Amino acid sequence: MTTPAIPEGVERCPTRQFAVWLAVVGVVLLWGVYAMFLIWYKGLNQTGMNDAYGFALWIWADLAVIALGGGAFFSGFLAYIIGKKELKSIINYAVIIGFICYSSALLILALDIGQPLRGWFIFWHANVHSMLTEVAFCLSCYFAVLTIEFIPLVLENPKLNRIPFLHHLSHNLHEVMAVFAATGVFLSFFHQGSLGGVAGVLYGRPFAYREGLLIWPWTFFLFTWSAAAVGPCFTMLVTWITEKVTKKKLVRPETYQLLAKISGWMLLTYIIAKIADTWYWAAVTAPSKGFALMDFYSNNPIYGIWILIAELVICGVVPALILVSQKGRQNKNLLVTAAVLAVLGICINRWVMVLQVMAAPLLPFQDWYMYMPTWQEVATTILPVAYGLILISLAYRYLPVFPHEKELNPGR
Amino acid sequence: MTQQPQHTKTKRYGMVIDLDKCTGCGACMVACYAENNVPFKQDETDKLLSLNWLRVMKIDNGKQFPETEICYIPMPCMQCDGEHMQGHSPCVSVCPAVATDYDYPTGIVSQIYTRCFGCRYCMAACPYHARKFNWWDPKWPADMKNYLNPDVSARMRGVVEKCSFCFHRYQKARDKAYVEGRKELGEQDYQTACAQACPAGAITFGDLKNPDHQVYRLSRDKNAFRLLERLNTNPKVYYTSTKDWVHRSADNYLEGESPEQVRKARKAAATH
Repeated sequence: MTTPAIPEGVERCPTRQFAVWLAVVGVVLLWGVYAMFLIWYKGLNQTGMNDAYGFALWIWADLAVIALGGGAFFSGFLAYIIGKKELKSIINYAVIIGFICYSSALLILALDIGQPLRGWFIFWHANVHSMLTEVAFCLSCYFAVLTIEFIPLVLENPKLNRIPFLHHLSHNLHEVMAVFAATGVFLSFFHQGSLGGVAGVLYGRPFAYREGLLIWPWTFFLFTWSAAAVGPCFTMLVTWITEKVTKKKLVRPETYQLLAKISGWMLLTYIIAKIADTWYWAAVTAPSKGFALMDFYSNNPIYGIWILIAELVICGVVPALILVSQKGRQNKNLLVTAAVLAVLGICINRWVMVLQVMAAPLLPFQDWYMYMPTWQEVATTILPVAYGLILISLAYRYLPVFPHEKELNPGR
Repeated sequence: MTQQPQHTKTKRYGMVIDLDKCTGCGACMVACYAENNVPFKQDETDKLLSLNWLRVMKIDNGKQFPETEICYIPMPCMQCDGEHMQGHSPCVSVCPAVATDYDYPTGIVSQIYTRCFGCRYCMAACPYHARKFNWWDPKWPADMKNYLNPDVSARMRGVVEKCSFCFHRYQKARDKAYVEGRKELGEQDYQTACAQACPAGAITFGDLKNPDHQVYRLSRDKNAFRLLERLNTNPKVYYTSTKDWVHRSADNYLEGESPEQVRKARKAAATH
């Protein structure tokens, strides 16, 4: 008798339906792969970037997916180090989402450099003063950790699990997972922070520049903090979407509640710190360079003060208040709204710290620089989404991602 | 960022550009293109995609005719000394692969094209937009290949390049001095192409630390200023102008602040 590839006791859609879904997403993926080929073959002239916009859509996407993938390290920290057993229900999925986010970030980085074949120079000729060096080292190491965290789950596929060696390997990896989770937390703290530092150390760019502690600008800490706060929101959101698509309960309600509560308090403390940082920057740092706050939010078609209000209040204070209140968390609609707002808020923050930094003029006789991405940039930014959907679909179908799925859906 | 050897007498090569003399003719740009093998495209309408190591910016006083005044500002790489004058230029400290470095004996910020892998972090860090990216491979009209400067390597697609203060000329001058048994370079031994090409004599180049060089005196003139001084990048390119509105256009000021007032405050803070 052959072993089924689908985990025991759970229901999945027919193979034909699954194949059609994969084909549809696959078309989007191929569109992205074609654009990727053009960029590698013809160079970065295929993008809308220019000498004023050295950093653009891709770097934003990088920063955003890494922040959203922060759910993996923070959930791992809570589950394995702090011992929050309720999170075991979602930790596998958090690792998969993290894996997708980080592999996408690495792919985008490989696209974004002018000489991809020299990418290894960042390790070989490393400049220890550069935040980007720290990002490259920690990002690569943490991706390796995520891969190690993902492997035991892959090995739990019924067909693979039949092989004794793989079965034992998976079991033993599970046993030592706390060590990898701790390593992941350590590495994540640094690379999330370094990504914040990338903009914060630019003392020639008053919109981005921040003072800080020793060699670390405040953005270093704010980026780590925000990723830890919003990463779990993204994990919850993707889980909720998966539940809606599959029409099943996949995660215990108490898991959502705990994650939302922790996320809410993290978000509230983060947003207080972020408002304090913004106030100090607007009142002290920027004026010392000759800039008033409104210099950064006027005389251009896009970047008005609305973006600051949207980031700090609508997508910061509001979701934080919803998530810290028990009533807010227990209302599923409010919970999802808060998660969506928090995710949007972090995406706005990363956009501002990349794109608006490039857009703001520095010399009084310069105008704002505007930028429009080309279809190649858009396609390669959507590519990771398609890749993520395919990986999630395959993982959900063939791996025991949700340990409580069977008990939560008894009739099926 | 290797520290300088202790026995070397360090220089601080810099430039002083007299904006009252500059006519905006662009001879400096042309000389720079020819000297440094800077490539160009058939269509150069989009200046944000143009490669140039030296741009001439045109500004005006914002007044209507007949009170309109124009000023041209040639902008090469500012060769910043960085915060605290320690060589941590905005671009040097961020480059992840040490593809750009601060040369302590001369104060010149280098760019190693074969080391650069095109991450463009240095471009994001530079407030002067002095750094340019090779979005395309260089294409030279057939005969022009014969006129490329053999002392300057041509750059490939996907790397950043910028003004080097014609560093190859410095190397040549050093070699010549060595052969002739001299230890020090004279002021005229090492000059940049743009300084030599300027028909109005607006660009003066030399060692800012050497009292025998013209730039020593000119950079200390009461009308001398640098671009975006308040960012503390400490550029080695100075400008002089007798016009107040030009001074005001060189930096950012809050309402009620004046360049003179800010300069005094900065001087007092530095002394303190």
